[in-house]
Amino acid sequence: MSVRGEAIGSDALATRDAERFAPFSARRIFVIGGIALILCGMILGDVFAAFILHSNANRIGANLLAATRAVMAHNPETAGAAFQNIGSLLENRGTKVDAHSHMIGFGYIALLAALLQPYVAFLEPTKRLLAKLFLVGATLLPVGVFMIHYVGLAGSPFAAIGWASIVGDSGGFLVWLVSIGELAGLWKYFHVSRKRAVPDELLTERSWPARVLLSGGTILILLGFLHGSYYAGVHLFDDEAKDGALLSGMTTNAASGDSAGALQALADYGALQGAKAVNVAVHTHVIEFGVLAILTAFFQPYVFLAEKWRRIWAVTLLIGSLGLPVFVLAELRWGLFAGGYADIAGLLVIIALFAMLVGIWRYTGKLDSAEGAA
Amino acid sequence: MNGSRKLLIFGGLALVIWGMGYGIWYAVFIEHQTLDGIGSALAAGFMRAAENRMAESQAALADAASRSFVYVRQVDAHGHWTGLGLLLLILGIAFDRVGFGESARKSLAIALLAGSIAFPLGVLLETWNRGIGPQAVAVAGSALVILGLAGTAWGFARSG
Repeated sequence: MSVRGEAIGSDALATRDAERFAPFSARRIFVIGGIALILCGMILGDVFAAFILHSNANRIGANLLAATRAVMAHNPETAGAAFQNIGSLLENRGTKVDAHSHMIGFGYIALLAALLQPYVAFLEPTKRLLAKLFLVGATLLPVGVFMIHYVGLAGSPFAAIGWASIVGDSGGFLVWLVSIGELAGLWKYFHVSRKRAVPDELLTERSWPARVLLSGGTILILLGFLHGSYYAGVHLFDDEAKDGALLSGMTTNAASGDSAGALQALADYGALQGAKAVNVAVHTHVIEFGVLAILTAFFQPYVFLAEKWRRIWAVTLLIGSLGLPVFVLAELRWGLFAGGYADIAGLLVIIALFAMLVGIWRYTGKLDSAEGAA
Repeated sequence: MNGSRKLLIFGGLALVIWGMGYGIWYAVFIEHQTLDGIGSALAAGFMRAAENRMAESQAALADAASRSFVYVRQVDAHGHWTGLGLLLLILGIAFDRVGFGESARKSLAIALLAGSIAFPLGVLLETWNRGIGPQAVAVAGSALVILGLAGTAWGFARSG
């Protein structure tokens, strides 16, 4: 191809990219909103892990100890009060974990929806409306779930569900409706429109960072599955049986006045809960980071940074993605020392993702200024 | 778009919608009541023990364990259906980069989709029947997903 031909081809490509990633287009809303959701979810998770998780677990342990001592002292009221505290602490922890994981999950779905936009056969205003509704729902659910612990049942017309849950569930329903809308758009594309397929640069990217992220992400997911299968197959049922036996041991030993036996059962119960939480966290995080690596591989053409920096951020993301689950697993042996390294690995993923978002932001600036110049 | 990609993209999206729908239904109608039930049963187990009513205490703790067993699997089924659906969608988008012929890619896609449906289904069935059958469905499902993923990773590596 001549230089002039290449220039014309390059102009045509730039025009098509500008159309697909135009300001306030559905794809741009999904990409930037999706990465922002993932970043917010990860920062929430890192802050929760560093400042709340361990102190929350200690308070749960202290209340369980109080309940066991209340059984020894034959004081049912104190035992009941301790369990009320445990319920509140578990709700606090559970809602924070749910808000963290749903925010990240919705971010992944937003990035996927961005990839599928050329195949969603609706007019751009409809696609834009769906993208905005998705982000509204994806924000409402985690915010609502986060607030459950603080709002409780205040002013609620229902016996078991408070206003924060209602807001959260409405957000989830909105996301679900948008997903059905996107599926309908895809179905229309393949069964009604019969549009001619136009190559999408996101799906044809073969750069070094994209290939490393794609292969690395698939390997991380495979590792996560192997670990999850091993844990479920070898330990899950045994751990559940031990869980019940230790609770039973705590109460029977305490009621018969065997305080040493009761406290030993309590200590073993705490260790078992820690081991279960660590294994579940390793399994979910390694798979989620694998999915994130694959998704970021697709968006490399939009990361407007020098090749050297795109490579650095791709490798940083993979190092953090492997480091976090490995150090979380090491917490079983080395405790909070390994936990600190896990937090640093999580921070590496956040930094790499933030750098990619900056690159995408710069790309949108380049497109917008080119459009303005034209 | 070839058949294997279509299978993964449409199958994945359908699984995501199914998993999310199941999660919303579970959160609205069952989850809060289940968590209240687990908490009440645990508290009753300790309070009855404090009153030296050990048979009632053990029954309450067994009730808590049983409710917890069901709760963990309900949440797992929701999370795994949605997560696996998402994974199928992502792999579907990149599936033309798997360096095998279309028939091999279709076999991988069928294994991934079948495993992604069967694995959480087996986990959920464990809440109704604690025998070997549901566990076998879950193990077979997860084996299919692992095989499909290993084949896909190999295919990505082959394509360079």
